[in-house]
Amino acid sequence: MERRAYYRNKGLPWLLIAPQLLLVLVFFYWPTSQALYWAFTLEQPWGGGNSWAGWDNFLAIFHDREYWGTVVRSAFYACCTTALSMFMALTLAVFVDRSLKGTRAFQSVYVWPYAIAAPAAGVAFRFIFAPEAGLVGAINGLWPGIWNPAINGYQALGMIIVCHSWLGIGYNFIFFLAALQMIPRSISEAGAMDGARPVRRMLDLQLPLIAPTVFFLLIINLISSFTDSFGLIDTMTEGGPFGSTEVMVYKIYFDGFKGLDYSGAAAQSIILMLLVVALTFVQFRWVEKRVHYN
Amino acid sequence: MTTITFKSVKKRYKKNPVVHGVDAQIESGEFVVILGPSGCGKSTLLRMIAGLEEISDGEILIGDTVVNKLEPRERGCAMVFQNYALYPHMSVRKNIGYALKVAGMPKPEREARVLKVAQSVSLEGYLDRLPGELSGGQRQRVAMARAMVREPKVFLFDEPFSNLDAKLRVAMRSEVRRLHRDLGVTSVFVTHDQTEAMTLADRLIIMNGGRVEQIGRPSDVYHNPASRFVADFIGSPAMNLIEGEFDAKGVFNHGKGGQLRAEGGMALAGRKVALGIRPEAIRRAGAGSNGAIAAVVDYVEELGASRLIYADASGSRLIVVDTGTGPLPGGTKLHFTFAEQDVHLFAEDGRRIETHASAARMAAHAEQPINA
Repeated sequence: MERRAYYRNKGLPWLLIAPQLLLVLVFFYWPTSQALYWAFTLEQPWGGGNSWAGWDNFLAIFHDREYWGTVVRSAFYACCTTALSMFMALTLAVFVDRSLKGTRAFQSVYVWPYAIAAPAAGVAFRFIFAPEAGLVGAINGLWPGIWNPAINGYQALGMIIVCHSWLGIGYNFIFFLAALQMIPRSISEAGAMDGARPVRRMLDLQLPLIAPTVFFLLIINLISSFTDSFGLIDTMTEGGPFGSTEVMVYKIYFDGFKGLDYSGAAAQSIILMLLVVALTFVQFRWVEKRVHYN
Repeated sequence: MTTITFKSVKKRYKKNPVVHGVDAQIESGEFVVILGPSGCGKSTLLRMIAGLEEISDGEILIGDTVVNKLEPRERGCAMVFQNYALYPHMSVRKNIGYALKVAGMPKPEREARVLKVAQSVSLEGYLDRLPGELSGGQRQRVAMARAMVREPKVFLFDEPFSNLDAKLRVAMRSEVRRLHRDLGVTSVFVTHDQTEAMTLADRLIIMNGGRVEQIGRPSDVYHNPASRFVADFIGSPAMNLIEGEFDAKGVFNHGKGGQLRAEGGMALAGRKVALGIRPEAIRRAGAGSNGAIAAVVDYVEELGASRLIYADASGSRLIVVDTGTGPLPGGTKLHFTFAEQDVHLFAEDGRRIETHASAARMAAHAEQPINA
């Protein structure tokens, strides 16, 4: 028998969900529908009228080689950031899990970076990575001119990837540690009795058992690296040098707000949104069904 | 063949001592059960043999090797865990074969070994299942097969049957017995279930509060408990323990004016002792029989083959195993007798007091040595 609570007053449930509904409508559905509308029209830079353009905006983007460059760069960026951040977080979590002393302290210490707003972190990292004065810049003292993200595109992209990974480590760490601690100790002990050394146990026993968490974090990290990189890039490189750190989300901002190409930017937003929706779909449909360990 | 030797083994968690110095020797091929209430340190002792817990003080030797500093994989022990600790993502085949895979055994050889071991615990039909698809008893057998496949020098069992129902427990018990008979591997089995312990053990190590109370064969421990704790812990229903004091004439005074005669009492005059007598050593007697104790029935527990009479003997609780039939309503007055040699005396500190009668009993129950 299913037990359910009923409201006598038909209006009350709507009233109760109204605040949340209002937020979602105002900050998600309304802008999205605007973007969708703009994506299919040609919007005037200074406002005042528009004309229906059909798929032209999308076709223009798809024929733009520069845009595809951005897509490839974004994919590369997302993969590197996700891999680096998850690998670092997992390594830390494994070490913390092995020696349980002070686990609580580590939990809170490692999650702090996640609480730092990306632009704030970006400003801090600008000083750290500054070629003329920063910590990393010190290697220019040994090999003059070897480090300068302001003119070397690869260095700039690498720098952003490192920063973005760093911001995500805390979040990933918490999930990894929780997952590792969910595994009964006796399984690891049985592995030890079976003769497996710690690294072997980690690869054969722990990693497969936290696979659901790994999949979950993989998707979350990919989505985050597609959408959350704006704050870092805007404060650290502004997409430069020569567009080498221009990822999809930054190009939307640049084309829309700097280039005043509202329609093109709107179309790009729709594409990025579809990408994120697709990843979320994978998360729900494919990943959650594969979780069968117990 | 492999012996296990404990030399004043101690375990502390931070400042907190949990095992207070255990000295014992387990013979090669012997099946030893460590028995005790929960929290007595029995599992800790087992895990120290396995290498899963550090030894704070003292030494453990497996064979002639001090294993204190050795990793679990270097000790040659296999362990069956309480919650099975199977690898949930691996099939039964992979679970059993994991140790061999880690050891680098080539696949064909490994498969053959796994199959052979699986057959010996009748699991050959389940090799491709995941542990989650097995019943409790099957999982338990996988855990045992996984321990057996490595052909270890020592088997360790950490309360392996505590998650099984009563019927399966009995079945698994005989399976373990059979395996031990076939393989003859030195085995240490930890449990808090005395029936399990009595039926499985060549020898028992009875622990309480981090100390060894008694080491001996099940019948020795039952018939000659070395301490009041053992007397109370072993046997079901538990031994009757009547608190009292001997007077100068050697008469045991207990409860509210209860009196008993017991041999050797004179020597103990003035000492507070506990007089122990097994419920099955007490018999009903006719009224007015020589030396009979009078008691009033509180209630009767019917067990089928026999029944337990809970009676009050001048303020002391008496449990008696009775094979008689016929109604025994509460309030019935009965008389009981018992042989003097069935009496156990325990001093105030819980240690056993030897008397002539108990020495005679010990001689009567002495058996041939196990390894003769």
